[in-house]
Amino acid sequence: MAFDLQRAYRLNPAVAVRPEPFGALVYHFGNRRLSFLKSPRLVAVVRLLDRHDSAADALDAAGVPAGQRARYAAALAELAGSEVIDAR
Amino acid sequence: MPVDQAVLAEHPGPDSTLTGRFKRGLTAPICLTWELTYACNLQCVHCLSSSGRRDPRELSTAECQAVIDELERMQVFYVNIGGGEPTLRPDFWDLLDYSVAHHVGVKFSTNGVRLDRRAARRLAGTDYVDVQISLDGATADVNDAVRGTGSFAMARRAMQALTEAGFGEFKISIVVTRHNVSQLDEFKQIADACGARLRVTRLRPSGRGADSWAELHPTAAQQRLLYDWLSARPDVLTGDSFFHLSALGAPLPGLNLCGAGRVVCLIDPVGDVYACPFVLHEQFRAGNVREPGGFTRLWRESALLLRLREPAAAGACASCGQFDACQGGCMAAKFFTGLPLDGPDPECVLGHGERALAQVCLPDRPRAAPGHSRSSREPVFLGQIAARAAT
Repeated sequence: MAFDLQRAYRLNPAVAVRPEPFGALVYHFGNRRLSFLKSPRLVAVVRLLDRHDSAADALDAAGVPAGQRARYAAALAELAGSEVIDAR
Repeated sequence: MPVDQAVLAEHPGPDSTLTGRFKRGLTAPICLTWELTYACNLQCVHCLSSSGRRDPRELSTAECQAVIDELERMQVFYVNIGGGEPTLRPDFWDLLDYSVAHHVGVKFSTNGVRLDRRAARRLAGTDYVDVQISLDGATADVNDAVRGTGSFAMARRAMQALTEAGFGEFKISIVVTRHNVSQLDEFKQIADACGARLRVTRLRPSGRGADSWAELHPTAAQQRLLYDWLSARPDVLTGDSFFHLSALGAPLPGLNLCGAGRVVCLIDPVGDVYACPFVLHEQFRAGNVREPGGFTRLWRESALLLRLREPAAAGACASCGQFDACQGGCMAAKFFTGLPLDGPDPECVLGHGERALAQVCLPDRPRAAPGHSRSSREPVFLGQIAARAAT
């Protein structure tokens, strides 16, 4: 499934985020899957999704450097795949 | 370490590995086991907690609720409830509802004694609850030799009740022994036939297992067979318990590390907190949830748990080329067989454990915490009576 950076996303309401020194642990109470956000900046991106009209804007707001956008987009795609975030 | 549903997504971040971060510990456990009672209708010969009799100091309903409140605050997303037989607690169903209502999902292990049709329908209607039925033989003779007469039929009745109630995918949990390792395919068939997920875990020499381990643990040839079987079936859950087999080839799916005190922890029925479910021994007791600061303080400040999060010395295994694969194996397995913690696992696939075991003076082996076994040495079966009373 292609991930569209220009779309608006949100943190799935069934997901809880637990901050950890390495980033965060996220748990989806619906599908009972545990995922790991391996950097504090990725946690920031995920938390900012709700407040921005596109995932690209959230990446900018979190200060993701241009050279790392592809990696962050891949991480968001994976989180969308496990229903941690979804399009709104 | 049982992170059955972990998705290790490769996300950007500093170069340190996720496993490395886990070794230094987390703000709360990922995999918390909570044994609600030492009471049990069975007397399995390998019981990790030497269960049987209820302990009069057992946490009250209010104290259990306070622990759940704490877990909610710590964002422990789910708890693995066991025992003993947890459903023997009269307040079991209320605690289950309380936990779910407080955003702490529940996976509970049961021998099926109270899992009749009515209970199965109730469970089918509750979100965030997972059920795990224990079974240690694909046939009654193999199962009942370990778990007690009639326990196979009891477990099968419970499975049928869950299937009929439309519960969905429950788990069937097997402890691999010398006698059931040849039945792995049959276990898989049983699970597939009732829409369940198979989970196989390692036999530990803990609790009553200290006395039965030598006769029950798989042979070296059987370990190889088990490794190959698991490698070909990534859908079978293992609770990450076979990482000592990773020295046989490619690592099995999972974190492949000893999670004790790092991501794993145990609360026992009287509130004592141990580093993992397999080390119910004073030496691995962090404290009690009844102390000021409760579980949170123990998890974050206990000297024992902090020590377990420090890098472990490879000791006698340092010169072994496979140390990175097996990490020296299971701390509890070493401890209760009398082996040094910085040496090989008793079931080291390279045979180092076997040689080390030959040097251990048996009377010097540590014993498990005061057990709750009933006095009878034979497995006692009370399930029939209890099952009748429950319907």
